[in-house]
Amino acid sequence: MKVKHITEISGALMRARWKQTLVAAVGVTFSIAFFISLLGFMEGLNQLLDGIVLNRTPHVRLYNDILPSKVQPIELSEDFKDHYNFIQSVKPTNTRKEIYNAPQIIDKLSNDGRVLGVAPKVTAQVFYNLGNIDLNGIINGINPEKEAAYFSFNDYILGGNSLDLNNVSNSIILGQGAANTMRAKVGDIVTVTSTEGEQFSLKVIGFFQSGISEIDKVQSFASLSTTQKILGENNNYISDIQVKLKDLNQAPAIAREYEHFFKIDAEDIQTANAQFETGSGVRSIISYAVGVTLLIVSGFGIYNILNMLIYEKMDTIAILKATGFAGIDVKKIFISISLSIGIVGGFVGVLFGFLLSITIDAIPFDSPTMPAVTTYPIDYGIQYYSIAAIFALVTTFLAGWFPAKKASKVDPVIIIRGK
Amino acid sequence: MGKNIILEAKSISKSFLNPVKVDVLKEVSFSLSRGEYASIIGKSGSGKSTLLYILSTMDTDFTGELLIDGIRVRGKSEKELASLRNEKIGFVFQFHYLLNEFTALKNVMLPGFKLDKLSEEELEHNAYGFLKDLGIEKLAHKMAYQLSGGEKQRVAIARAMINDPLIIMCDEPTGNLDSKNADIVFNIFKELTEAYNKTLLVVTHDMDFAHKTSRIIELGDGRLLKE
Repeated sequence: MKVKHITEISGALMRARWKQTLVAAVGVTFSIAFFISLLGFMEGLNQLLDGIVLNRTPHVRLYNDILPSKVQPIELSEDFKDHYNFIQSVKPTNTRKEIYNAPQIIDKLSNDGRVLGVAPKVTAQVFYNLGNIDLNGIINGINPEKEAAYFSFNDYILGGNSLDLNNVSNSIILGQGAANTMRAKVGDIVTVTSTEGEQFSLKVIGFFQSGISEIDKVQSFASLSTTQKILGENNNYISDIQVKLKDLNQAPAIAREYEHFFKIDAEDIQTANAQFETGSGVRSIISYAVGVTLLIVSGFGIYNILNMLIYEKMDTIAILKATGFAGIDVKKIFISISLSIGIVGGFVGVLFGFLLSITIDAIPFDSPTMPAVTTYPIDYGIQYYSIAAIFALVTTFLAGWFPAKKASKVDPVIIIRGK
Repeated sequence: MGKNIILEAKSISKSFLNPVKVDVLKEVSFSLSRGEYASIIGKSGSGKSTLLYILSTMDTDFTGELLIDGIRVRGKSEKELASLRNEKIGFVFQFHYLLNEFTALKNVMLPGFKLDKLSEEELEHNAYGFLKDLGIEKLAHKMAYQLSGGEKQRVAIARAMINDPLIIMCDEPTGNLDSKNADIVFNIFKELTEAYNKTLLVVTHDMDFAHKTSRIIELGDGRLLKE
């Protein structure tokens, strides 16, 4: 039996009940469209929220942590080798925050094939002076070009250009929260006091807004040399080395390796931001569950409609079988009905899903905490479209399979005698 | 013409268990040769329709032997029986059982699609030819539900003919028709046996119709009474 003739018969059956067929196809279209736009929206949001922190976070951070020494002198002693030692109230020694041989380490890291980029950083505790009030603050001394290249620094800068940090001497990019408190405008001079008690006048060239107000109230940015000056250190002083890897998932292994190799503390992004991974994972699971539910519900719709069609078309099935159509032919006819509902509904659904995504993408979303975002975020990942399309075919096939099996088992004698 | 046997029934019995055992057919044996025009008669409940469904291979729940064109029906799969039916048996029912979703012409062509031996053009040509022989070629492109009873029955006969079967089985083909249309159907059948050398087996309770056929098989209480 030719496929063409199977489809001709199923086409005629669908035309005879075109309203129900349309309803079933619209159900599939609806669920596919919502599946795609829901997941795209959810994932877009996930990426946005994760991006606030993850984009700004180095994959591996090298620093000197303030910790008690891991190896206590008594453990090195030959005399007490076979003893258990209990040392109480261990305190950290006066560890320097400076990284020894920072230029050499940076050089070594830059030549590592797994590393995308390296950016040095100096952090300085300061007070922002505001009349007779001092506000706590942290000035991050950075290399603006590298920060922009690897940690999308420019997305968070308002009212200025980060490169001016290098061009204008003694310049600062103030955190938006701190700037609001100080009523500072671009071009203003603000005064900061270092922990050593020295005062510096810095020119505001822009504002930084990360979207997390706790950070924006405290963090400001200056060039490496300006920060080193505030700290009163020489220009080799580096307190952090930030590493961006080509593959984020290798971060824990590479962090351990560097820790061992450079004898320095290394923290990977997974350890630093474990809660974000969990959060977006759970959100993805929830949206997949909702999307899959939509598809399954539309599958039940098709199942119902095909079941009804079979009851209505018992005579047709009986006559087809009497004239020599085998059960398998009848099954093929009904499965082709449900698959064509699935294919047409799914195709239109994918199209509508895309249109819906574009629509959501165009809705203005003015978040004061996220300057780079102007509309609702949407992820146009091909995976949602392919999952939706495959799932549409599978559910409609299954929804057709059971009624088709029933139809193939119809005993023509019972139907014909029953008249 | 020869005496080649098309259909052979050997002691066919069938019983229902509902709720006590009722024998519907008891040891029915007969055979049909090529070109025969036979009718099965009997009172209501004598088992004649049941016999026809068994002979048509649609009902496989019986004891005894059935051979169609020398092929044993017993033990064949549902799929094999379907293609046997498709190729060798044509059907005409009391209720016309056309597919309302198709035109008359498509209805005639459907069993041909399943057989898949001829191209669609040849099939259409043949179907049109049969409709013409039956005098309803003008209705070829009308939908099945637009036809009258007599017209539907003729379309059904054309459908039974499309795969050039050995035997055509009819269940009360004139039961729903007035005498004028019944005569037309009878004459068509007669012509089928004479011109096309088909074997015809008609179940009927219309005695006038039966007496005009060349052979009468009478059933009573599930037994073959006389020929």
